[in-house]
Amino acid sequence: MAEAPGEAIIQIRGLVNRFGTETVHDGLDLDVLRGEVLGVVGGSGSGKSVLLRTVVGLNRPVQGRVEVFGADIPRMNELERRKIERRWGVLFQDGALFSSLTVAQNIEVPLSEFYDMPLPLMDEIAAIKVGMVGLPEDAGGKYPAQLSGGMRKRAGLARALALDPEIVFLDEPTAGLDPIAAGEFDHLIRDLRGSLGLTVFMVTHDLDSLFAICDRVAVLVDKKIRVGTLDQLLQDDHPWIHSYFHGPRGRAAQHAEMAAQPQTAAAAAAPA
Amino acid sequence: MASIAATLVETEAAGSLILVPAGEWLVASAAELDRRLQALKLPQNRRVAIDLGGIERVDSAGAWLLLRTEHDLAVRGNAVEMRNLRPSFAPLFDQVRAGGFHAPAAHPRPAHHSLVGFVARIGEISLGLVARIYRLLGFVGLVCETALRLLRHPGRLRLTAMVAQMEQTGVNALAIVGMLSFLVGVVIAYQGADQLRRFGAEIYTVDLLGVGILRELGVLMTAIIIAGRSGSAFTAQIGTMQVNEEVDALRTIGLDPIEVLVIPRLFGLLLTLPMLTIFANLMGLLGGALMAWGVLGITIPQFVHELRLSLSPRTFWIGVVKAPFFAAIIATIGSYEGFQVSRSAESVGRLTTLSVVESIFLVIVADAAFSVFFSILRI
Repeated sequence: MAEAPGEAIIQIRGLVNRFGTETVHDGLDLDVLRGEVLGVVGGSGSGKSVLLRTVVGLNRPVQGRVEVFGADIPRMNELERRKIERRWGVLFQDGALFSSLTVAQNIEVPLSEFYDMPLPLMDEIAAIKVGMVGLPEDAGGKYPAQLSGGMRKRAGLARALALDPEIVFLDEPTAGLDPIAAGEFDHLIRDLRGSLGLTVFMVTHDLDSLFAICDRVAVLVDKKIRVGTLDQLLQDDHPWIHSYFHGPRGRAAQHAEMAAQPQTAAAAAAPA
Repeated sequence: MASIAATLVETEAAGSLILVPAGEWLVASAAELDRRLQALKLPQNRRVAIDLGGIERVDSAGAWLLLRTEHDLAVRGNAVEMRNLRPSFAPLFDQVRAGGFHAPAAHPRPAHHSLVGFVARIGEISLGLVARIYRLLGFVGLVCETALRLLRHPGRLRLTAMVAQMEQTGVNALAIVGMLSFLVGVVIAYQGADQLRRFGAEIYTVDLLGVGILRELGVLMTAIIIAGRSGSAFTAQIGTMQVNEEVDALRTIGLDPIEVLVIPRLFGLLLTLPMLTIFANLMGLLGGALMAWGVLGITIPQFVHELRLSLSPRTFWIGVVKAPFFAAIIATIGSYEGFQVSRSAESVGRLTTLSVVESIFLVIVADAAFSVFFSILRI
């Protein structure tokens, strides 16, 4: 919040990822700006998840620079990593909750790892996170196996938000959710972005999410990335991008968003 | 970024108490702030203002602490007013407030170490044990029924799967079973020779080896190794399939999971465990013979001659006849625990451990039962 918005919080230059003989990324460049919601899309196997894993340091690139908060992710040591890690949160595809812990205990894992906090305070913070992501009050005491897929994602988001990070990485947050739950999740991300000043890096397949909440969209094509606002990408004549946004589903999502536009515009204009 | 410490000041003005939090109310200083807020003596039925104008940065933990204080004050009948909140922080406060002031979720904690808790726990474990035995018996019945049905229609037996299982549980286990049996033979020969030498009865080391390995140790060692090696694999394989809903997929395709998953493992192990036992017996005797030769100077022909004198084929059969029973125990427990896996990855690990412990336990219990049984029959 101290930094000016618009500065690049994640900077990727010349990224190359290769598995065996399969080249996934070949000289990829990307900037993610502070405070924006960036959607990352691409066909199956185009390396969306690999990109996310590379940015958070789970995958070591063959070549290229990946900087988050100005720190070189692939080349930093343990101590620097810990400093960076408390400034971001990651939501994995199926939540990746620790199955032997309750939801509240899951949220407390990062808290107790990074801060020396009394247990009652940790319980309270876990409880407000449970409330903030829209889970019912009793969800905190439940185990992941007792939750539905949508609730697991919310719980995963609550854990990702435990330390009030500056960036959240979301890996297909709405995949596998019914349209109503997916829409609610979109709103949730937008509300949290507004209140916590988050930067959101979201891998998604969900066209509705793209139109509803993303400021800019990065498309993975030909092992590189094309990034722009939706309007810019709608004009793009790359065959894949064109069929992605102008296929039947893309058009439907556009229309739905246009129909919803007046009220979202009003909501955005109001200072809340 | 310059780190501005979080502060909290209490002042009095115009008859009302004013709390002035300032600085960075972030999760990093939450523990310290929480302690200071807890230490505040909260008044009753007064006018209290919380002046938020000095707050530079705040996150949801800080917002929670402030809202909690407001809530605690209001509960005590104070008229609380929060003022000068920066507009940019307002959405965060709204969101945290919207989460509500519900009680934190209770942690699952171990039961009290009271007498009642202790007795209750014993009861719980006993009832759980009875229920488990009941379910296990149901599973055994199901497996028996399926096995009998397959014996009537041998064409439905999955030979490829069975042979694959035999390779996994039998051929691939030869090295470890042979190695350990050989070493057990070496140890028994050495220890036996040491003790028997005092009586000048070294030659009976051969008898000790023959009876010990053929009757008991060969088959028991093999069964324990296989329980650890293959019983655990059965649980983990079937359990992982359970997690991935593969078992449900089998059912919807019209395949019987018992027939597809359990029977090949059971029949495979029924065939391989006796063969492994014979192999283990040979290796054990070989280890013993080499040791007897080295320590006692009993040559191999002498060793074989002495073995023939002291043993009858019955000794050999008493050992081997136990193998199929142990195999049935290992395969049944291994598969049963696999099916008990719920849809969480954690339960695979827990039940795999349980499966190994249970099958080793039951193998040894069965071995003891066999000993009693044979002694009653005077074999």
